Amino acid sequence: MSDTRTIRLTVNGETGSYTVPVRQNLVDFIRNDLGLTGSHVGCEHGVCGACSIEVDGDIVRGCLMFAVQADGAEITTIEGLAESDRGAALRSAFSARNALQCGYCTPGMLATALDYVEAGGAADRAAIRAHLSGNYCRCTGYQSIVDAVCDVIEGRVEA
Amino acid sequence: MKAADFAYEKPDSLDAALALLADPDRDASPIAGGQSLVPMMNFRMAMPELLVDLNGLDELRGISADAGGGLRIGAMTRYSALEASDLVTERAPIIAMALPHIAHAAIRNRGTIGGSVSLADPAAEMPALMLVLDAEIEVQSAKAQRRIKADEFFTGLYETALDEGELVTAIHVPAAPSGRRFAFYELARRHGDYAMAGVAIAGTGDALEDPRIAFFSVSDRALRARGAEAALAAGDVEGAIAALDEIDFAGDLNADAKTKRHLAGVVLKRALGRL
Repeated sequence: MSDTRTIRLTVNGETGSYTVPVRQNLVDFIRNDLGLTGSHVGCEHGVCGACSIEVDGDIVRGCLMFAVQADGAEITTIEGLAESDRGAALRSAFSARNALQCGYCTPGMLATALDYVEAGGAADRAAIRAHLSGNYCRCTGYQSIVDAVCDVIEGRVEA
Repeated sequence: MKAADFAYEKPDSLDAALALLADPDRDASPIAGGQSLVPMMNFRMAMPELLVDLNGLDELRGISADAGGGLRIGAMTRYSALEASDLVTERAPIIAMALPHIAHAAIRNRGTIGGSVSLADPAAEMPALMLVLDAEIEVQSAKAQRRIKADEFFTGLYETALDEGELVTAIHVPAAPSGRRFAFYELARRHGDYAMAGVAIAGTGDALEDPRIAFFSVSDRALRARGAEAALAAGDVEGAIAALDEIDFAGDLNADAKTKRHLAGVVLKRALGRL
């Protein structure tokens, strides 16, 4: 029988209380308990980046936190980003540039790219690659992803 | 790929955390950023009975200048906070040089300096930086506090001089002498991955007096290359590379010991080129 805790957290603006096994990781909680399946689970050891989400404004690996550790936190998933204006230009650019590929890595790529764009990152392909290097694309569609990020930074895309 | 069951406590004071870690009846493990521990738990390489979450302990966070021109860095200070710190750039520039190579932004937002030092992963950057900076590791148990020189801290593969129930609470970086120069270089398959070989170097002035050379990801622990330091002090770069034979090189999944020996020479030469 797993040890459980009741946590209170805000996900995409909605606050709730949930009872979770302490061994449950945060991205499994988001997907299985909240039904927000945009964040993907790839490697489960912090390498692939498919589970990237925002916790208290910072991108983190959803597979490397336990849900119990998010007690009191404010979380934004890819669904939350989609509902707000944030990231709309990136979504358009990914679509226009065929950077979506199979889509598995896309939520993590968008969250990580948004982190770069919002921090005022330059349209420098090497710097963009370095920032996105923690996210694997299994279709190897990196070129078009970097193109899309450059398009947004250089203002070539309407949201 | 899921962690085994465990009990969880998130103490709100250092004393409470140390009391939990001192319990002889429970196999307790502290969790800092968890960026190495959680994967190890998912792989079932680590199966603590009790996880003591240090993330509520603000007293372990923060970077402060000490009167002697050095730094005190709280163990729970995250890599992202180190990246944002002008004090770190001024007083421990080699930490600033290494940070972009430590995993990725999402991991640096959680990972902590104290967690990395405590884990003593042979492939991690931070232990080698501690050696080059001649840092002292401040540790505390329920009974006492002490400081351990970095040179005595890393004792083997994931092994440190920490005793049962002791927790790393801070890192003390001494003031660098005037004219101290630093360089850092690592070879990795993908930016942010663990290095295949890496090195950190310090030396004073043009003649590189009092050189310190520390390697990571080439052996069972971060280590100084003292023979290479002696050769470098005499201005003999080729001699420094030859002296690397003193290291007990260990292979990993990516490269055997012979390749590590070669890569160590490569990274040393490239780092020297950046001094």
